[in-house]
Amino acid sequence: MTTQNLVLGQADPPRQARPRKRGNTTPYLLVIPACGILILALGYPLVWQFVTSMQRFGLSQQFGQPPEFVWFDNYVTLFTDPYMWTVVARSLAFCLVTAAVTMAIGTLMALLMNAVHTSVRITLQISMLLAWAMPVVAAMTVWNWLIDWRRGVLNSVLTGMGLDFQNHNWLADPLSFFFVAMVIVVWMSVPFVAFSIFAGLTQVSTEVLEAAQLDGATLSQRLRFIIVPIIRPVLAIILLLQVIWDLRVFTQIRLLQDVGSIASETNLLGTYIYQLGVGSSDFAMASAVSIFVLVLTVALSWFYVRSMLKEDES
Amino acid sequence: MTSTVHPADAGTAQAGPPLRPRPSTEPSRRKSGGNRRIRPGRIALGAIGVGVSLIWVFPVYWMLNSSLLPNVVLQSTTPTWLPFGGSLDNFVAVFSGGTFLPALGMSTAIALITVAFCLFFAFLGALAISRFRFRGRKAFVLAVLLIQMLPAEGLFIAQYKLMGSLNMLNSIVGVSIIYIAAVVPFTIWMLRGFVAGVPADLEEAGMIDGLSRTQAFMRITFPLLAPGLVASGVYAFLQAWNEFTVALVLLQDTSSQTLPLWLRGFIQASASRATDWGQVMAASTMVAIPVIIFFLFVQGRMTSGLVSGAVKG
Repeated sequence: MTTQNLVLGQADPPRQARPRKRGNTTPYLLVIPACGILILALGYPLVWQFVTSMQRFGLSQQFGQPPEFVWFDNYVTLFTDPYMWTVVARSLAFCLVTAAVTMAIGTLMALLMNAVHTSVRITLQISMLLAWAMPVVAAMTVWNWLIDWRRGVLNSVLTGMGLDFQNHNWLADPLSFFFVAMVIVVWMSVPFVAFSIFAGLTQVSTEVLEAAQLDGATLSQRLRFIIVPIIRPVLAIILLLQVIWDLRVFTQIRLLQDVGSIASETNLLGTYIYQLGVGSSDFAMASAVSIFVLVLTVALSWFYVRSMLKEDES
Repeated sequence: MTSTVHPADAGTAQAGPPLRPRPSTEPSRRKSGGNRRIRPGRIALGAIGVGVSLIWVFPVYWMLNSSLLPNVVLQSTTPTWLPFGGSLDNFVAVFSGGTFLPALGMSTAIALITVAFCLFFAFLGALAISRFRFRGRKAFVLAVLLIQMLPAEGLFIAQYKLMGSLNMLNSIVGVSIIYIAAVVPFTIWMLRGFVAGVPADLEEAGMIDGLSRTQAFMRITFPLLAPGLVASGVYAFLQAWNEFTVALVLLQDTSSQTLPLWLRGFIQASASRATDWGQVMAASTMVAIPVIIFFLFVQGRMTSGLVSGAVKG
């Protein structure tokens, strides 16, 4: 508290004199702490990572040997390695499919919330809020329990329905592994999508919809020509956020790998970096993949950041 | 406030109820002759809605249900759907297991440090960008927005090396530094809306009435900002409490685990030997309950903060 007062006390004279004086130091003082921590915890690692990605930095450097500077050799190695492309393709496929499924289900949920009676809508909202609020790791333990091959409820229900799922291991086959991962990610992300789209839907004026209905527009026409154009900006932003978030999915994959699957067959970009860096101490290659992921994310984020900047200016 | 998703074009709705643009059945029935809305359809939709709710909430329910049941019951081949005859034994067992409390202490310490520093830093930053126009402001805002999008997975190796060289692996301070930096950008963005929502005129009016600038700030602006600070603080708390990736890399020593890492231990163990799922679910429940309670506070604010740019166009 006292420090806060101090800093704000300093804010006094320049602020009052603002109209006359241009060179104002107060805002700079105010952003120093935030900038300081960002530079220490993100800026420095970023620079280190960039430099390291152009060095040979493995186990022997851990023991004091100076790293050798090799320019873009690591990137060349990386992008000529078929395994890297497998991981990239896998990550992109997982990300796009998951984002598409999340958007589709989220939109349907929002439309459902908009169409049903208030009591049903509140029931829907409560159950989705609970799913959304679950901490990722807690949710992962629950899902692991649901799909547990020995005593999981999923297998016993499916077996009870007459299907042969006794002791079926859902994580053994890579395709089934990713399907499970997708279901979990979708379960966690749909609430955000549904709530945001629902908020957008409430902005569509009832009068306009009714007028269209009186003029004979069918439900699909109303959806296509009135509702979708109005909520399109929301849809675009949410889709973008989903793609960015699903591209960097790490926790879910890592925790499913823990339960038993061959990591090399189920690695996505995040777990691949982890394996390179923490697992085999190849910091140079790990840095190179990290830089690749960062560039990809920044490129994707650009549209999002631009739209937020627009809001800042208004 | 700036970031809520209020119907911005409510002006177009003439005399209609301005707050609830949801279709109210009454006027539509009057206009469309009363036979447009078919009741069976609505009932079917309602049934679908309830069904979907049940499916969605099932994992959460199953966690609670299993946490109350003894292991003997959970090991049978037929699932027990309701926790009749359940007890809190699993919770007691987890508590007395000896590893829960250290992890709880670790998580709490890290979360509180993160909240305190993050709020302080972010508050100053938000003040700067919403009350001042200065050179470099745009660059700062841009940096804040971009950094918020950077994935932890793209940086954790470098952060691991940084903390290693600072001798801060397995330390509360080391992880907290990374968390503060990770959360500060979004918190600045969130608080910015709140600070901008308090009109500077109000402070000036107080000053005309004889308060000093600091007094005016503390007595007028600060109380108005309290809800924003609470919401941002809860957000920071949740982020630090739930974080897994950075903790996994920086806290590799089993004696310095946070709760998510501690829970992960159970998942790993379940791969090799028969797991006492009742205890694991009790553990998950204990990690999840504070989060669920806090989350309900900030949910609305977070959603609108993330998409407000889109809604306002």
